[in-house]
Amino acid sequence: MTGFAAYLVFFLIVALTYSIVVMGLNIQWGYTGLFNAGVVGFFAIGAYGTAILVGPDRAHLIGGFGLPFPLAVLGGMALCALAALIVGLATLRLREEYLAIATFGIAISIQLVALNFESLTGGAQGLVGLPRPLFGLFDSPAGYNLFYLGVVAVMAGLVYWALETAVRSPWGRLLKAVREDETAARSLGRNPARVRLEVFVLGCVLMGLAGGLYVGFIGYVSPLDFLPILTFQIWAMLIVGGSGNNRGAIVGAVGVWALWAMSGLAISRFLPVAYQSQGGAIQVILIGLLIVLTLIFRPRGLIGEAESVSKHAD
Amino acid sequence: MLQAIADGILSGSIIALGAIGLTLTMGILRFANFAHAELVTWGAYMALGVLSLTGAFMGPLAPFSFGVPLLMATLVAMVATALLALAIDWLVYRPLRGRANHLTLVFGSFGVSLLVRMVILLLFGGAAQYYSNTLQIAMKVAPGLRIMPDQIFTLGLTAVIVVALHLFLQKTRLGLSMRALAENPELARVNGIDTRHVVRWTWIIGASLAAIAGVLYGLTVQLRPEIGFHLLLPLFAAAILGGVGNVFGAVIGGLIVGLAESISVLFIPAGYKLAVPFMILLLVLYIRPTGIFAGTVGGGKS
Repeated sequence: MTGFAAYLVFFLIVALTYSIVVMGLNIQWGYTGLFNAGVVGFFAIGAYGTAILVGPDRAHLIGGFGLPFPLAVLGGMALCALAALIVGLATLRLREEYLAIATFGIAISIQLVALNFESLTGGAQGLVGLPRPLFGLFDSPAGYNLFYLGVVAVMAGLVYWALETAVRSPWGRLLKAVREDETAARSLGRNPARVRLEVFVLGCVLMGLAGGLYVGFIGYVSPLDFLPILTFQIWAMLIVGGSGNNRGAIVGAVGVWALWAMSGLAISRFLPVAYQSQGGAIQVILIGLLIVLTLIFRPRGLIGEAESVSKHAD
Repeated sequence: MLQAIADGILSGSIIALGAIGLTLTMGILRFANFAHAELVTWGAYMALGVLSLTGAFMGPLAPFSFGVPLLMATLVAMVATALLALAIDWLVYRPLRGRANHLTLVFGSFGVSLLVRMVILLLFGGAAQYYSNTLQIAMKVAPGLRIMPDQIFTLGLTAVIVVALHLFLQKTRLGLSMRALAENPELARVNGIDTRHVVRWTWIIGASLAAIAGVLYGLTVQLRPEIGFHLLLPLFAAAILGGVGNVFGAVIGGLIVGLAESISVLFIPAGYKLAVPFMILLLVLYIRPTGIFAGTVGGGKS
């Protein structure tokens, strides 16, 4: 494989992994109107949970259960569900803002645990040398990456299919009902707080799944992969693609990630050496502008939510 | 222990100043402004900018580490921060107000917080900076308790501001309008209160206090572009703990959060200090979501 093709495979694996996170956020924000300001926290819980469960036994570390990869990912997802329940139960019966604030808080706290709880998370070094699923079956890293791209693509496809099925079901209509008019939903005997909790946990579990897949691909975890900026990037992917639409979520993930990669390349290529350190800030400003400008001028994003009109209308 | 309590009251009073502005915007403008803590950073750096541009160091006012220039710079920073807050409101929040989902405003402020932080990073760089390089000798107040004159100044200034703000909200017409709008927006409007006027002044007051908090933070700790990012959670915890919209509550909330942070270090590794406000927040939300004192907005769904 040529350098570019190899890079493309690498790029798509990461972009499709993020697309699963974006779809998780989409069911929360796009369909139900829940603001999750700590996306990176749940992604990190899934990643670290998977890493701790899949990793080999090491004397100086807690964990190292050496579980098979799929089981470890499921474990990471279960941890995500637990974290989501703790935050969700505290906030989802209150004003909507409180969920935003609490999710922001859990992301900060997870970052602190990742950095400081060295005997569990490896601290700033992270956990390295994690087994990659079925790595032994392949002769070359390039072949393995191609295989892993297939795995991630299938998982993203499955998540897409499952979410599309879910949002078309009566339960899916309930999400929009809760978002649009909570009082009406309640008067029809629904429990909005419960629906919100279900959606919030589901979305966070999907973020955890993506975290697990990410670890399986790169073979280590370190706090540097879970910086707060990731939350903003995921939000940019969702709003640019068009929230309330799962195809938009995937398009946004690939598009914004491509923009991020290309802007990084352009900065390293064209910005004078003296200003390179500011280049990162410029890249992040682009993400911020993307969010704010899309929100103001094109809230539907590139694709956006399809209008749903009752068949009993007119 | 004594030292931890003194430090906690100090950082608590800075948190309180920031939380007052946050609780006012949450109460009157009715959204959780994620960009509020960035106003604190902005204020701190604006004062630094004025100091380094004018370069006029007239010598410190003993026993403090700073002199008249920093006081002047603080005034300029307050104006600059108020202008930034008004500009953000006009450019971003105004077009988003009235969207069906009012969380769109929260989302907008989330994006704005990132922009402000990165602009500060671009303008001033990421390294830690100080207003003054003069070393200040801590005074030994009691056995095991050392306090710097700047810290006493910080406490005194906070107390004066809180009393002044209280009188403003109780006695002046504008203060009354602000409380009315927080209490019941429809009724306030029906009674002919000019909402835009009140909104404008809410930003000006909140941003000015944020700038002062930023300068005091820079004076007693240091200046970093991440000040706001690290303060955001303590500010929210303080505002919610004290009851959203309640100025006095925000002060008490700020002191409690500051004290809890600094006392926690005696029991848990210092690396987890930033998680303490989150724990307080979760506890409040589980046990008493309206906060200790009744806020104007309350914890229930609005």
